[in-house]
Amino acid sequence: MTVTRKRKSLKRAGENRVRFLVNGNRVDLGIGEEEHQVGYSETLAETLRERLGLTGTKVTCDNGACGTCTVLMDGKAVLSCMTLTVECGGKNITTIEGLRHPETGALDPIQQAFIDEGAFQCGFCTPGIIMSAKALLLENGAPTEHEVKEALSGNFCRCITHYQVVRAVLAAAPGGK
Amino acid sequence: MAQEYRHIGKSTPRRDAVDIVTGGVNYLGDLRFQNLLHGKVLRSPHPHALIRKIDTSRAKKLAGVKAVLTWEDVPDWRGGMPPVTRILDQKVRFVGDAVALVAATTEEIAKAALRLIEVEYEILPAVFDIEEAIKPGAPQLYDEFPGNVVSPECPLLGPNPLTGVVTGDVSAGFAEADVVVEGTFGYQNIPNPIPPEPPGVIALWEEPQRVTLWGSSQSPALDKMILSSVIGYDIDIRVHGNPIGGSFGTKIVLWQVETYAILLSRAARLPVKLIYTKEEHLATFVLRPESRIEARVGMKRDGTVTAVSGTWLVGTGNHSTTTQAQVAVGCGEVQIMTRCKNWDLKSAIVCTNRNASGSVRGFGGQELKCAFIPVLCLAMEKLGIDPLEFIKKNYIKPGQGYFWRDGNWYDYRGIDYSAAMEEGARRFGWREKWQGWLKPTSVNGSLRRGVGIGVHGNADIGEDVSEAYIRLGIDGTATLISCVTEHGTGQRSNYLKMVAEVLGLPLEKVFISPSDSIITPFDFGPVGSRGTYAIGSAAIAAAEDARRKLLELAAHIFEVPAEDLDTEDGMIFVKGDPDGGVPWIAVGHERTVLGYGRFEPDFTLANCMTTFVEVEVDTETGKVTLLNVVNATDVGQVIDPQGLEGQLNGCLGSSGIDSALMEETIIDHATGRMLNPNLLDYKWRTFAELPVIENVVLETAVSSHRFRAVGVGEVSTSPGPTAILMAVSNAIGVWLHEYPVTPERVLAALAGVVGGVKGGAR
Repeated sequence: MTVTRKRKSLKRAGENRVRFLVNGNRVDLGIGEEEHQVGYSETLAETLRERLGLTGTKVTCDNGACGTCTVLMDGKAVLSCMTLTVECGGKNITTIEGLRHPETGALDPIQQAFIDEGAFQCGFCTPGIIMSAKALLLENGAPTEHEVKEALSGNFCRCITHYQVVRAVLAAAPGGK
Repeated sequence: MAQEYRHIGKSTPRRDAVDIVTGGVNYLGDLRFQNLLHGKVLRSPHPHALIRKIDTSRAKKLAGVKAVLTWEDVPDWRGGMPPVTRILDQKVRFVGDAVALVAATTEEIAKAALRLIEVEYEILPAVFDIEEAIKPGAPQLYDEFPGNVVSPECPLLGPNPLTGVVTGDVSAGFAEADVVVEGTFGYQNIPNPIPPEPPGVIALWEEPQRVTLWGSSQSPALDKMILSSVIGYDIDIRVHGNPIGGSFGTKIVLWQVETYAILLSRAARLPVKLIYTKEEHLATFVLRPESRIEARVGMKRDGTVTAVSGTWLVGTGNHSTTTQAQVAVGCGEVQIMTRCKNWDLKSAIVCTNRNASGSVRGFGGQELKCAFIPVLCLAMEKLGIDPLEFIKKNYIKPGQGYFWRDGNWYDYRGIDYSAAMEEGARRFGWREKWQGWLKPTSVNGSLRRGVGIGVHGNADIGEDVSEAYIRLGIDGTATLISCVTEHGTGQRSNYLKMVAEVLGLPLEKVFISPSDSIITPFDFGPVGSRGTYAIGSAAIAAAEDARRKLLELAAHIFEVPAEDLDTEDGMIFVKGDPDGGVPWIAVGHERTVLGYGRFEPDFTLANCMTTFVEVEVDTETGKVTLLNVVNATDVGQVIDPQGLEGQLNGCLGSSGIDSALMEETIIDHATGRMLNPNLLDYKWRTFAELPVIENVVLETAVSSHRFRAVGVGEVSTSPGPTAILMAVSNAIGVWLHEYPVTPERVLAALAGVVGGVKGGAR
């Protein structure tokens, strides 16, 4: 009964909303053209960076070509610059900020492996590469070198840290040797 | 064999490592400000035009728009070298040139305002080819540059910058040659290093004339120096250096984007953020210079170069800021790899209607040599000289010298790099794979393999001035106060290793200041290859100075001369008696000990990178696959093994080896438009296409600073392109001289071979 009333009142106000999780936290945003609302053309990258202050997700091409803005949606890698926020309803989004253990702050093994292998130079593409790698490892705990390279083939890196990255991902693979 | 140190040469995590892997690094676009306006640029659709009329009234009326500026509104500030390029001009000189600037409360409003500006253009004829541009009657970009030839002045390099190499007697040199060859070759695909983070700035103008910038510059002090020359030395400029998402030399010249934001902030009286989109980055920001050379080379049978003459045309696009310096450095670098007594090499810098060329790693030398080495190769082919032997014979050695960028002669006092070249050749298997010029290493049906070698090095490692302070905390800590930003090489962390080593401290007791031009001392910045030697020297000298001052303060405690004292882990003790020490605090806890270090330019040392490549060419499809790369160098002393590996692997991207394989900026000469200003149409190497790279790093102590090291990261991109041309030519048995060696070019070259491809594996 209560639920129904609530819905009605929202409908009366004419407000659509989009609700999803980001790094385990509930996000509930109105949809519309007002400044406090998410517009229909707003990308997930914009929402994360500009609205939620999660600037760990970087944007390079803003055109779906480079993988820099990769985040996880229900455990799969997606390009946040090509994902509309209004389409994220009910989804579970994980960004680079969400990889650390929420209570202890311990780094995820993939993050630690990147440090151990020195798998970054300018670091701008690193969050996206780590999220692509995380998606791979969630799906395949013992990837081959070839599978790692294929999984990361959508990620742009100009410093050429690829070799150290591949070693880091293999080192972080739970089923790897 | 390198010396054992506590920190130097050890793998230690970078200071910013945790921030990088957790998304915690704040690049320019991540900074948050109150009342920040967003700047946007209206850009010209025409390559060359006069603005007859510009109406901004509708844009100004749009709610949220705080400033609109056109050429009629801006001061007569001029940038470039020489300074002739206005911030906004009545004339536009390339597709993408700035026509108007808008600042608004949101990016969307700023973009909408751009669409409301009405411009009436008078279209002018345009010129895109550098040889066409210097012909009589060609469209002229600037009244100041008759014939579109830019004057060679470059005050930063002194009164007499190198514009060529003219020495000895070339006619006598050609006369004593066993073979004389000539050719016209280019490196004109203007590859773009494309750092992932676009160029940008946040500017705040405060009355009466103070500017604060949060920038994306690779070198805040140099940025400030260039900007002052554009907007006036009477304006108080403060530059905050940020971590930057890659530069590869490009984010040195930022005066255009900076002046846009400064003028908008001045007009709107609020901070303005102006960060280029990726398309603006590619289509309007700096590119590599184009390079074309018409040269003649005389060579003896033993590989002695007897004479070099020629003209080097350097295309700089619509204006130059650093091209003169690139020409000067390039002319120095060509001598470092080519021993020759007789030179008559001249240059001309040419303007055309495309976006400007600017600084890119390999700075001039890569551009010159990518065009010049193919001429040397023609001579080597005629004489049957193995290019490895040529390089070993001709690369600079102690006792020899060169004219460097300031026009002066320098006697080289560095090491002989032949050992590194030889070790690289051994690891690559050069002597097994090299079959002679235009001969494949192996043939397997339509698949033909070939090998090539390239070399590069420069005396930039000791260019320009660096200064640093070290502030000792009496609690046994030290802070390096430096203007150096982190642009991806990890050098900020490396300086901490050097400082910790000098002061005997663990790494976790050593810190580094933010880079802020009003607090930190001058540093030319991590440009060229100067990071390790030049900047490192200043940090080391500052640490040594602080250490000496600390021990002098402690001398009375021990009643011995300061020279008899030592310090380790924050304790001061008499040498040989580490147990009888006192902590630093014993010199008094209300005290700051400040050390100062300065590095003066030194052009007598050079680095060296030799790159071996093996390619496989499919003669049916024309596809070239890069199989193996061996980079061979001698760094004197490794500072950080992981950072070094990353820098050497960088040979592929950021317009290095791949500028010979796939990377190119394509400009339509009918419209002047760039056809591939995005990351789909501009081709770049992915994780799925990695060749095997092996890095051979020797450590022969060099007389640089106390850690006997030289920097080498910058030049890893430079030897590769010519090595690729050589390898592909050898694989298919036909010369390929155009970059990049696309399948179309390979197939076209093969189509010209009568009776099909000849040669074959023995």
